[in-house]
Amino acid sequence: MIDDFLLRALAGGVGVALAAGPLGSFVVWRRMAYYGDSLAHSALLGVALGFLLGVDLNLGVVAACVTLALLLTALQGQRRLPTDTLLGILAHSALSFGLVAVAFLETVRVDLVGYLFGDILAIDSGDLAWIYGGGAVALGVLAALWRPLLAATVHEELARAEGVPVTALRLALMLLVAVVIAVAMKVVGILLVTALLIVPAATARRFARTPEQMAALASLAGCLAVVLGLAGSLRFDTPAGPSIVVAATALFALVLALGTLRRRRPPSPR
Amino acid sequence: MPADAGPLIEVAGVGHRFGATEVLRDVDLQVAPGEIVTLIGPNGSGKTTLVRIVLGLLRPDRGRVLRRPGLSVGYLPQRFQVEPALPLTVRRFLALARGAERGAIGAALAEVGAGRLVDAALQELSGGETRRVLLARALLRKPDLVVLDEPTLGVDLNGQIELYELIGRLRRRRGCGVLMVSHDLHLVMAATDRVVCLNHHVCCAGRPETIETHPEYLALFGPSAARQIAVYSHRHDHAHDLAGEVVDPGAPP
Repeated sequence: MIDDFLLRALAGGVGVALAAGPLGSFVVWRRMAYYGDSLAHSALLGVALGFLLGVDLNLGVVAACVTLALLLTALQGQRRLPTDTLLGILAHSALSFGLVAVAFLETVRVDLVGYLFGDILAIDSGDLAWIYGGGAVALGVLAALWRPLLAATVHEELARAEGVPVTALRLALMLLVAVVIAVAMKVVGILLVTALLIVPAATARRFARTPEQMAALASLAGCLAVVLGLAGSLRFDTPAGPSIVVAATALFALVLALGTLRRRRPPSPR
Repeated sequence: MPADAGPLIEVAGVGHRFGATEVLRDVDLQVAPGEIVTLIGPNGSGKTTLVRIVLGLLRPDRGRVLRRPGLSVGYLPQRFQVEPALPLTVRRFLALARGAERGAIGAALAEVGAGRLVDAALQELSGGETRRVLLARALLRKPDLVVLDEPTLGVDLNGQIELYELIGRLRRRRGCGVLMVSHDLHLVMAATDRVVCLNHHVCCAGRPETIETHPEYLALFGPSAARQIAVYSHRHDHAHDLAGEVVDPGAPP
């Protein structure tokens, strides 16, 4: 007998994993892992602002992510500091601003741990609608932009010389990542969102011969991690969000180990 | 190709600065249909900046850039490294060319002598193979003008000679204009119609045989430059294919 809350958790987690696979692949291909992490760190500020201004929290998260991304682009205009330093400054200050802002919310009790590490077992039907709606929009836009975005990812200057609007595409991808972060926050929390984006994609790389295969396999690996993680969380009474990330990492390690073994197995003929 | 005369691209009075450094000053450059123009100059002389201006990747501070309307440009960037995490075959990479027909991929690869690479992973190609694949991608766009930034970077000497011969053949077959950046003077001189010697401004320009005795050219590259030209003038009695096998030079590629 499976409880309703568990079914909703499973459905929510699978929905997030489906959307995170293809977008996570782009995050890996474009070396945006820290970028995604920084966007995620600003999500708590979005939650706090959502409460303060009385707007939808998911919209608040997307708005905070986009603001951070625009701020980063503006800061990159100066050339004295490298991008990873700027990302470190933005990520941790955004998180701290978020924590401070949450402390100012006197009328609402914010479940801080839930936002930081996810609260997948508390997913309600409204959350499910947001996950599948937001995820479907993100995947739909990604599919529509797939070819030019891939061209810009392979070699940005070559794409630009061929007339591909690379700046607009970069902005679009950033928006899509922001949407997926807002979607995934409920499941694994803002501190672990990046793991759901990049670990399944990294796992998929081994088996993929084309970009599309890698995107699809990343979604599959993500779904598997959600199922295994949730099962483990029930069995061992561990927190669900981190358990999902642990399962994703275990899959990655398994694939890595299999690859290493296969490379060693055939003894070289002498 | 449209029959109208006049240059494919014309750069006039172009100047550009990066911060306090004046990279280009009052530069004029034209490429006519079917013409191979080679930009030479020392490191940091503004060659790549000028190419980026020609391609429309960079807007110059001063001067005009006129492109023939509807001009299709194929571009071979100087550095081409693809993220290893991105699984991509040569076929798929070529299919990403904007404005390319899918059916033409095999023919374009055959035209640059790289037909056997169609299913290879992009990241596993050698320097010379990568250049050929990039050339195929440029050809897929049916270019009026092909722009190559240091096309022989990371290619061995025989590969360089082959590559320049290939570029010459493609120009004859397709009638497209070619703009090349190079600093291997010795090979370039014989493979080009016009040389433009750049050191922030145009030092001298003209046919290769007149350039190599030009005092500005000799001042820039030293007297040893003149001797190196001989390297290319020899005729080889055989040719190599991509795998290094000797092939009959009379046979069709």
